[in-house]
Amino acid sequence: MTSQNQVGEIVSQPYKYGFFTDIETEKISKGLNEDVIRLISKKKKEPQFLLDFRLKAYNQWLKMKEPNWAQLGYPAINYQDIIYYAAPKSDEKKKSLDEVDPKLLETFDKLGIPLSEQKRLSNVAVDAVFDSVSIATTYKEKLAEEGVIFCSITEAVNDHPELIEKYLGTVVPINDNYFASLNSAVFSDGSFVFIPKGINCPMELSSYFRINSGDIGQFERTLIIAEEGSSVSYLEGCTAPMFDTNTLHAAVVELIALDDSAIKYSTVQNWYAGNEKGIGGIYNFVTKRGQCRGRKSKISWSQVETGSAITWKYPSCILQGDGSVGEFYSVALTNNLQKADTGTKMIHVGANTRSTIVSKGISAGSSSNSYRGLVQMGPKASGARNYSQCDSMLIGDNAAANTYPYIRSQQPLANIEHEASTCKISEDQLFYLQSRGIAFEEAVSMMVSGFCRDVFNQLPMEFAAEADKLLALKLEGSVG
Amino acid sequence: MKSKDTKLILEITDLHASVEDQPILKGVNLKIHAGEIHAIMGRNGSGKSTLSKVIAGHPAYNVTSGSVQFQNEDLLALEPEERARAGVFLGFQYPIEIPGVSNLEFLRVASNSRREKLGKEELDTFAFEELVEERMKLVQMNPAFLERSVNEGFSGGEKKRNEILQMALLEPVMAILDETDSGLDIDALRIVASGVKTLAKPNTATLLITHYQRLLNEITPDFVHVMSAGQILRTGGRELAIELEKSGYDWIDNKEGQTEGT
Repeated sequence: MTSQNQVGEIVSQPYKYGFFTDIETEKISKGLNEDVIRLISKKKKEPQFLLDFRLKAYNQWLKMKEPNWAQLGYPAINYQDIIYYAAPKSDEKKKSLDEVDPKLLETFDKLGIPLSEQKRLSNVAVDAVFDSVSIATTYKEKLAEEGVIFCSITEAVNDHPELIEKYLGTVVPINDNYFASLNSAVFSDGSFVFIPKGINCPMELSSYFRINSGDIGQFERTLIIAEEGSSVSYLEGCTAPMFDTNTLHAAVVELIALDDSAIKYSTVQNWYAGNEKGIGGIYNFVTKRGQCRGRKSKISWSQVETGSAITWKYPSCILQGDGSVGEFYSVALTNNLQKADTGTKMIHVGANTRSTIVSKGISAGSSSNSYRGLVQMGPKASGARNYSQCDSMLIGDNAAANTYPYIRSQQPLANIEHEASTCKISEDQLFYLQSRGIAFEEAVSMMVSGFCRDVFNQLPMEFAAEADKLLALKLEGSVG
Repeated sequence: MKSKDTKLILEITDLHASVEDQPILKGVNLKIHAGEIHAIMGRNGSGKSTLSKVIAGHPAYNVTSGSVQFQNEDLLALEPEERARAGVFLGFQYPIEIPGVSNLEFLRVASNSRREKLGKEELDTFAFEELVEERMKLVQMNPAFLERSVNEGFSGGEKKRNEILQMALLEPVMAILDETDSGLDIDALRIVASGVKTLAKPNTATLLITHYQRLLNEITPDFVHVMSAGQILRTGGRELAIELEKSGYDWIDNKEGQTEGT
């Protein structure tokens, strides 16, 4: 057996978060029509404007076609065979954590996200979302002292409807794309963040999404607003049990950065990826977009994508304010039969806008991993600059890596640089490390994490180590 | 020549090995005792480098028959990393570049894996930095090389010094240096050679694989073996290397068949 084959084998590590929580769940019946949307809106006691928003989106969606341009290929999704709302029984938001079903707290404990007063992380506020609803948000009161709002989007709809009405759907319009329209029609829960003028959010904010039911779709919606001169760092994590059916996850995230503000958005995505034969796993169709509305504002995306059977995701920045900055740092690891088509769009509108793209794709097994990115320089983007670097690493002989960079410039005074490379972990590199006493698995994971270092350096401190561990886990296993 | 009563470190018996079904080693016999320095010479393609890689456990080489005992243990049954931890070190002819992996972290993990086997405590980054900077003096290496990726962008001479540094950290029982002299200017050769000599102890052994005599001017071997067509054809003392230098490898081929044991 050659070590290339061995490398292929060790990337198949059993999924750690595949357990199912047996809890009574309230689900509505399968299928989608206007009545279902009205029902969801009613269950959430929403104001009229939001119901109108949903219905408008639904009617747009009906006229749209599912996109097929991505390098994915998957069986047709039957949208009438999906449950659009599921929640643990007694989904009334609890006043204190003591009232939350211990089974739910235990679930998050097992996922390494302790919520209870004694055990929770000291400098990270967490919003925990279980199936379609948020079950708890920590440190809310402490954040409120600074005027920071951090809560589920359902609460925000009730408590701050004016902010929702003002900002929701302004970055990702309801007719933006097929999956975004679907999300706008049926979104259930997600996180809401508002940082007022001049405030640097005193702690990391984090949302943790857990899909528990097998036959529901998860449609979360996140909205983050940073007012003038404010800053925030936000992280999301996600896992799901192992089911042999595919679960649809179609999220929308909107970020709005006003003058001189900064939003850093990090994702560690570890949805269930299906088994080694490609059965089961999450279909992850996500629209994430940030708008640098104000001058000298900054939006930075970092993502570590390791899960999902299919990932379709392009966190983007619209650089509207003069001198605004967009960043995208990505590590995408695919294994077995996973497929990822991910990248970013940097739309330079304002003058002297700058963007940086660093993408690292690692493909193992028979997976396929594509980078797809757009850099666009508009007519007013004089002095704008972009630097892109897209590196791919292949593990084994059956994996595929593709890079699709699209570059459009209507501005002669803009500067665009693109670099790309592909490498393979060679037998000689592995042998070299082994011949120094470093075990095979550790050698692979050292090389992979070295390959990803530029991106890991961008993650918040607390999570950089976690991301490194997550990749190591994915790459660890039964080497004979 | 040294006493034959000293401890036997490496014993290779009738070793046959092939790469992609092509036989390269065709019955190698070799015994190396503690405190000895051996040299294997031979022209390109004679099997010298293959022998070193088989001892270290490179997966591309298949051992088809024969045995390798290391301190009375079946070396061939061990994974390459287990061989290294047990005290076998191979200095590469062409050290491999590993982009993204910091040289310091690589050296630390390697060193700790050997330390664990020796029952020494694991060193954290700070403690290790102290150790490594002290060992770097042996090969006159600039600590700036710790911050770079393993061998990436190193010159030929820097790569070889990095090899000897690894040897200094792993403190092997059996050090095999494959063409360590190739690509070195005379100053670098002296530095590397003096490092190797300093590291050779009465309870360790060294095997130099070389094409040329010039390394042996710096490190005097106790035994010189001449390899040809996958076998050790001749074994002698220092004088054999000098004879080879004078008469070339053709001289050995003409005398084929006169294998001697040690």
